[in-house]
Amino acid sequence: MSELAAIPSREQNMAWLIIRRFFKHKLAGIAIAVLALLVFGAVFANLSPYNPTDQQPTNSFQKPNSTHWFGTDELGRDVFSRILYGGRVSLTVGLFSTFLSITLGVLVGALSGYFGGWVDSVLMRITDAFLTFPTIFVLILLGAFLREQQAPWLKNSIVVVIVIIAALSWMWPARLVRGLFLVLREKEFVTASRALGGNHARLIIQHILPNCIGPILVSGTLQMASAIITESGLSYLGFGVQPPTPTWGSILATAQNQVFRAPWIGFFPGFMIFITVMAINYIGDGLRDAFDPYVIHTE
Amino acid sequence: MTTYAIRRVLQTIPILFIISVLLFIMVRSAPGGPLTAARRNPNISKEQIEAIEEKLGLNDPLPVQYGRWLGDMFKGDMGESIKFRRPVSEMINERIPNTLLLVGVSFLVTLLIAIPIGIWSARKPYSLFDYAVTTVTFIGQSIPVYWLGLGLIVIFYVTLKNPISGEPFFPVGGMNTRGKEGELLDTLWHLALPVTALSMGWVAWYSRFLRSSMLDILHEDYIRTARAKGMKEQLVHYKHALRNAILPLVTLIALDLPSLFAGALFVETIFSWPGMGRLFWDAAKGRDYPVLLGVVMITATLIIVCNILADLAYGWLDPRVKYE
Repeated sequence: MSELAAIPSREQNMAWLIIRRFFKHKLAGIAIAVLALLVFGAVFANLSPYNPTDQQPTNSFQKPNSTHWFGTDELGRDVFSRILYGGRVSLTVGLFSTFLSITLGVLVGALSGYFGGWVDSVLMRITDAFLTFPTIFVLILLGAFLREQQAPWLKNSIVVVIVIIAALSWMWPARLVRGLFLVLREKEFVTASRALGGNHARLIIQHILPNCIGPILVSGTLQMASAIITESGLSYLGFGVQPPTPTWGSILATAQNQVFRAPWIGFFPGFMIFITVMAINYIGDGLRDAFDPYVIHTE
Repeated sequence: MTTYAIRRVLQTIPILFIISVLLFIMVRSAPGGPLTAARRNPNISKEQIEAIEEKLGLNDPLPVQYGRWLGDMFKGDMGESIKFRRPVSEMINERIPNTLLLVGVSFLVTLLIAIPIGIWSARKPYSLFDYAVTTVTFIGQSIPVYWLGLGLIVIFYVTLKNPISGEPFFPVGGMNTRGKEGELLDTLWHLALPVTALSMGWVAWYSRFLRSSMLDILHEDYIRTARAKGMKEQLVHYKHALRNAILPLVTLIALDLPSLFAGALFVETIFSWPGMGRLFWDAAKGRDYPVLLGVVMITATLIIVCNILADLAYGWLDPRVKYE
């Protein structure tokens, strides 16, 4: 009995293998560390000695120094604190809108690829329609429109931003998952399970979906990177999460207005967006290698 | 081919229908409506407002209003801007050429840079050049276009100045220097920074894509055959591999068009480029719904038309594709 216990189960083995392969990609390992640091900064933003919305007009436009690491803006607010708090918005929106869009995308793609026929036709026509949307225009329109509604919970809600970004980005995972399902549903193991009496739900969830996890995770990283860029872009244009909540995009927008007086301010929020997106992209790269059985690692 | 083209055009009708219905409902349910200013004006009586409402048909059921609006759209009448009291179609017509100029030039620059980079890094994969390109393209893909635009302004407009005249190296804002309207050289000079900002990410994305597409194809049997025949490596790459590697790029570009217009919106906003994106942004700030509606409908139509063109181009480039 004790001999058997020493052998790890197949799942544990697989997970270990993938994690080991992931960390062989050195830049992906570094990217994980960078992202962990960014998350840490966002979660513990309140440990910063300065309030991000605290205005000190006499203290405006300070260059980066030892008390204000990233300097102060036109109202004398500490830019470093604002960046930390802005990270909360960006990472939250990135995480939740990705989760939503992947969930929706996997659902549509799985149904479409598994059942085929008219289900596929209808779902793919809708997907195509969404793909031709001029996304940013519709996002701005929705952002402007929803904030004019009478419901106060819509006014300054991060939820609005999460939902509208997800609503216009689920098409990519949907197409991906549909493609995977089209191939996998013809495989022998699916036929075998069907012959054993497995119903549709069992076939989809227990047999086909686990084989799509790798590509779905990779596409999730792409989604998250683009969601963070979109969120910051929306705030930058003034249609994202509204002031006084600091976001990387809105800090960048004030920086643009002060570009002659304080050209350095714009560097920090932009750099944060850049480094976050870059880290997520490298994690995606590492995941792609980790899940791809054909990639040969040189040790 | 012709039947296929016709079918594609017909397929877009339901798409445009869905978009237009959604937008119409949104705009009509926005609070205030087109007569907000008139309502606040004490000189206009309630009866007069009701008369105007009756005249504009604002009391009709929504489907009737939608039908009328759609009919007007087909006639090219997109209503009147609330803020400027000008026909929306006129305002958009002024802006379309500017956006197309910006997007067109950026696109051309992108392909001219991305295609050679993609080919070269695929010729010697995992060489120093390839690694350098991979790193740079990873960076290029992660830079948000609005940060890049702002950075270019800080560097080439605010900080660096021509040592002789003390003027900035590149102009920022508008398409022409005052008094030089319509001069091509001056416009190109104004295009330099916006085009750089818009192209950077695309160069990165397409060169990465072309590299992997080339690498896939170089493993094909027919490439081995070509080499076995003793064909020059140059010809193998440029004649046999490139043609097939570029094919998926056509589809990719068509799918990316919405993002290209999105990038243009940011660039136009940052550089005050008088295109549709800038018009849209200004209108969104003032909640000028007729303008917003017009711009979204026009961009959606543009994207759909370009998609159909890309599909047809695919058939022309790849003789294996048959349209039924």
